[in-house]
Amino acid sequence: MPSANDILVRFENVQKSYDGEILVVKDFNLDMERGEFLTMLGPSGSGKTTCLMMLAGFEPATHGEIFLDGQPINRVPPHKRGIGMVFQNYALFPHMTVGENLSFPLEVRGMGKSEREEKVKRALDMVQLGDFANRRPGQLSGGQAQRVAVARSLVFDPEVVLMDEPLGALDKNLREQMQYEIKHIHENLEVTIMYVTHDQSEALTMSNRVAVFDDGVVQQLAPPDELYEQPTNAFVADFIGDNNRLLGTILSADGETCRVKADDGSEIIAKQINIAGVGERATLSLRPERVAVNPEPGQFDNNLQAKALELIYLGDHIRTRMEVCGHDDFIIKIPNSALHAQLSEGDNVNIGWSSNDCRALDPTD
Amino acid sequence: MALPLHATTGERIWHYTFLLICVLIFGFLIIPILIIFPLSFNAQPYFTFTPEMLALDPAGYTTKWYGEFFSSSTWQRAVRNSITIAIFSTLISTFLGTLAALGLSRKEFPYKTAIMGLLISPMVVPLIISAAGMFFFYSRLGLQGTHIGVILAHAALASPFVVITVTATLVGFDHSLTMAAASLGSSPTRTFFRITVPLITPGVISGALFAFITSFDEVVVVLFVGSVNQRTIPWAMFSGIREQISPTILAVATILIIFSIILLTMIEMLRRRNERMRGLSAA
Repeated sequence: MPSANDILVRFENVQKSYDGEILVVKDFNLDMERGEFLTMLGPSGSGKTTCLMMLAGFEPATHGEIFLDGQPINRVPPHKRGIGMVFQNYALFPHMTVGENLSFPLEVRGMGKSEREEKVKRALDMVQLGDFANRRPGQLSGGQAQRVAVARSLVFDPEVVLMDEPLGALDKNLREQMQYEIKHIHENLEVTIMYVTHDQSEALTMSNRVAVFDDGVVQQLAPPDELYEQPTNAFVADFIGDNNRLLGTILSADGETCRVKADDGSEIIAKQINIAGVGERATLSLRPERVAVNPEPGQFDNNLQAKALELIYLGDHIRTRMEVCGHDDFIIKIPNSALHAQLSEGDNVNIGWSSNDCRALDPTD
Repeated sequence: MALPLHATTGERIWHYTFLLICVLIFGFLIIPILIIFPLSFNAQPYFTFTPEMLALDPAGYTTKWYGEFFSSSTWQRAVRNSITIAIFSTLISTFLGTLAALGLSRKEFPYKTAIMGLLISPMVVPLIISAAGMFFFYSRLGLQGTHIGVILAHAALASPFVVITVTATLVGFDHSLTMAAASLGSSPTRTFFRITVPLITPGVISGALFAFITSFDEVVVVLFVGSVNQRTIPWAMFSGIREQISPTILAVATILIIFSIILLTMIEMLRRRNERMRGLSAA
């Protein structure tokens, strides 16, 4: 990996508005290291694609500056930025063969014929489509077309490659396979990739860091594990993975942990992350897999009564909806193994979790 | 279009009635054209079937009207005029119409509907009004009675057809292709010639065909804007019908019909081949 100070892409106070009134991107700041795989993740309309388009040069930034390798690029037209791009609909030129598609960026750069052919062949071999140079895009399957699009975006050795939901049109199995392929290409070529998706598992699988977008603002920018284990606000906690929310009022806080009185009166100890203060409302976030059923006495600092409302059999685990602290949408995952007690709907059980796994976040409702 | 097994009696009756209606409409459209063929071989200088023709007597038929067409210098000049005018007005209207369609397809283009309406207006305004307007306007410019005048007038009439067909092609045009080309380092000019032009060619060919036919068939405007030197085939036929009733007109009509069929077939084949080569339709 390159040194931590090697910044290739920098967004500085970037804002974007299409109509002059509503900001789709509000004060976006980002430093992207050379060789990094950074994913912008968020619901549709959150501004992630707009950021990508601003970097590619297809949308001007309303305010702020974007730097590529230290140079401001706001006034550089897209075709002079040297940034590769993969589109969701592949955007292969239908009147050219696969080989001609890959050769096009090299031709544009005035590269000789033999050199072009060699590079095209190498790029196609990289995506395991070495024999497809003479096919036309119309004769390819979705997965093959997307591989060609990836190869085309890399064939001219760009420093940065942007991918705008490239796997969105593929079916689930193919999507997973392509995720690994793109990840391996990234590792082998040490190219810098900025990736846009609304699929969180895609983001977690491939990225070095993930920027979670909502409402034009980056809610959290962190490596995948940190994002999942240590969300800093309720939106991120909800958006990444399954999450249980419990609402309550803060009774006391000591900087490390805080005591929260849930709406039904029970008290919960949680890790203090981002709260307004004693007496204010807070949202507690807890991952379903961190909740234990019938824990040993003294094992956890949080022990509550719960009622199983609904059991959904999912093969490797049983997703159980429970009533806890007055919330009837509390989910826990019970592994499908011999060690675990069998529950039936309507059972009352003890559940418990560690205050370390329960994070007190901002009081959004 | 076979009837499904569950069709009721009513549906069956309607099915055959519908077929009959289709056949009648088809006949209504095609018979006036087909009737020209035998009449153009009429040995008598009439536009009617003679008893000899109906009896299929060889003496009732002749090819002399065709001979007259090919030997008459007036007709030959009309053919040359028609083809020259049609080719040049097709080139002009295809060029201008394609550019207009490209401009109108840009999403940031202002007053799109109004400008489109204006461009289409030659199709909507009664021909006689356009023709009269052009007559006065072109007379002022000294274009009345010149080939250039007629070519420009026909180009104006034919442009809407090109605008419409090319616009229709551009509706299906994937703009991420031009973005992809830009990301690959291609300048807007190169992208236009390497990506956009090849992909809209089938639409341009169709538009050019309509433009050619528009000019080739046109009689009203050419009567106003042209003079004797710009006599085209439709003009010669029109005056032929009024002045001397001669089946040469029928012979010309037959030749024109065959020419049109060949032209249409060729262009359509060219267009399909082009589409296939561009990978726009399945092989």
